[in-house]
Amino acid sequence: MGTSAEQYEGGRFRIADLPFRLLGKLGAGDDGAMQERLFRLTLLLAAIVVVGVVAATLVTLLIGSSASLKAFGFSFLTGTTWDPVSGVFGSLPFLVGTLVSSLLALLICIPFSLAISLFLGELFRQGPASTILKSAVELLAGIPSVIYGFWALLALVPIVRQLQIWLGVPPYGVGLFTASLILAVMIVPYSASIGREVIALTPAELKEAAYSLGATRFDVVRRVVLPYARSGITAGILLAWGRALGETMAVTMVIGNANVLPSGLFSPSNTMASVIANEFTEATGSLYLSSLIEIGLLLFLVTAVVNVIGKFFIRRWQTT
Amino acid sequence: MKRERTHLLRRHVLSISLGLAFVIFGSGSLWAATDLLGAGATFPYPFYSKVFDIYSHHHDVRINYQAIGSGGGIKQLQSRTVDFGGTDAFMSEEELQASPAKVLHIPSCMGAVVVTYNLPGNPKLKMTSEIVAEIFLGKITNWSDPKIKALNPSASLPNLPMSVAHRSDGSGTTFIFSDYLTKVSSEWKSRVGRGKSLNWPVGVGAKGNAGVAGIVQQLPGSVGYVELIYAMENDMPFATLKNRSGNFITPSIDSVSLAANVELPADTRVSITDTDAAQGYPISSFTWLIFYQEQNYGGRSKDRAQATRDLLEYVIHDGQSAAAPLHYAPLPDAAVQQAEANLNSITYTGQSLQ
Repeated sequence: MGTSAEQYEGGRFRIADLPFRLLGKLGAGDDGAMQERLFRLTLLLAAIVVVGVVAATLVTLLIGSSASLKAFGFSFLTGTTWDPVSGVFGSLPFLVGTLVSSLLALLICIPFSLAISLFLGELFRQGPASTILKSAVELLAGIPSVIYGFWALLALVPIVRQLQIWLGVPPYGVGLFTASLILAVMIVPYSASIGREVIALTPAELKEAAYSLGATRFDVVRRVVLPYARSGITAGILLAWGRALGETMAVTMVIGNANVLPSGLFSPSNTMASVIANEFTEATGSLYLSSLIEIGLLLFLVTAVVNVIGKFFIRRWQTT
Repeated sequence: MKRERTHLLRRHVLSISLGLAFVIFGSGSLWAATDLLGAGATFPYPFYSKVFDIYSHHHDVRINYQAIGSGGGIKQLQSRTVDFGGTDAFMSEEELQASPAKVLHIPSCMGAVVVTYNLPGNPKLKMTSEIVAEIFLGKITNWSDPKIKALNPSASLPNLPMSVAHRSDGSGTTFIFSDYLTKVSSEWKSRVGRGKSLNWPVGVGAKGNAGVAGIVQQLPGSVGYVELIYAMENDMPFATLKNRSGNFITPSIDSVSLAANVELPADTRVSITDTDAAQGYPISSFTWLIFYQEQNYGGRSKDRAQATRDLLEYVIHDGQSAAAPLHYAPLPDAAVQQAEANLNSITYTGQSLQ
């Protein structure tokens, strides 16, 4: 074999090189090469398994939803009726409920997570205040979803109800707005911790240069730190969005579970993950089951699209 | 050196696997008892666990019942991964057709669904089927509605908007409740219908009895439906309903049992909501145990088949005494006799199993 170490070490990975890379090490005989080969094989296997599981999930969802895809076609996306009794299934209410609740949660979350990341990454990198805040934020990420749900049901819902009575809307307490509030609390740690990491990475020389030109701390944050960390912050926010899209338990407990298009900010609604969790166990009839699986497929695709958009933004800002 | 190490490792592997084998097979011989598997409805789960627990104390049988929901129970029985299933809604014709062999039903106990509410002072309210249907169709929207007032002249009914709460998860409770409404209201029948999950005209959904109860207890003016047992254990107010015979019946263990005092079909697959029984509560239902008539399938032994039959026999006779203390209504005599007849038709390789 003509492949030598120089050819693949440090080089950019190309699929076409893969067979040579694998074969390249097979010829070597000593113990070190053997170890290297095993290591390589283990990594490759792990990578293949991950990709395989994603592909298998997609295939399973496609097969499972084939009956519903055939029966409803595109109207599954535009239909607003979800009626298991008469077997009419349209997923628009859940699609809208998922997107609105998660985007609203993102809007509420961004100011807080940005403030936390700046506080921890720029203003107070060390010291007791930083340690306490950092562990508190990390703790938020560790709380199980169902605990958030209970807290929302017992603490948040009565507050929202007071607000609704004050505003003169039906005081259900549960609904889109309450679900977005609890989602926002749940996703803050994700965007905040990534934001903190990238903000802390801003080179000191850049900041010092700005200070030497007479910039105030606010100027430095606004004109140096934030532009530098922009792609990382965006990545964190998109990761948080992905989490909000799929969140099930806490949302189910406070969103009101009405399978209709939401008519306002406070109206009871439902999300894709939540309707699956609610109805899957007792879904009898193949079309019903298949429609629920198609909602799962839809959620899969929406999450994938969010990721692709995220990658696009990160890459664009990295190059400029 | 290296070779020695691998040798050592191999020896360890051998002793570990021997040890594992000993644990698995050794303890296997300790469990001489038969293990029976069941899965299905969550509603009768406390009753079943009590009955099965008592039973296993006196017999060499251990019963593992997984409360995964009625739909799951039916699916598991159809795929023959359990010895018996439990369901709150009897199997439909299509479900029976889709099963690999003839499935039998026996009722095991009874439950009911009550209309619960949250009003200042929680007065005892009377309701008719018409009022219940109109509340859940979204046509009665205020507690001061003249229809409710006319029926409850002594209760102080506030001018309070009504908020409807219903189950969001597919459930037998919703099935029984909508079965009742389908029978008593033609508008409900055409607009909503009967099922475990519905296209609700109004209201918010919550998961489980606890979820609906949570909304009703928190929100003044709300109305919802929960299982009788749940309402009793949590001291929730519930409505007295006018039944088909014109009597106002308060839901109780007795009035639920009385609801089954009607002619039962041989296969016991019958809805007893809106019952003809004069003193019966109108939103009552059986819950069923389901199993195959021919017990020799998938390599099951005759002992296992016999153990299954004996257990089912116990549930409908001695086991019934466990029902009332847990707020379940025991089976009336007519239902026990019908169940007995179904158990007598169980066979093993075509031969009757006694």
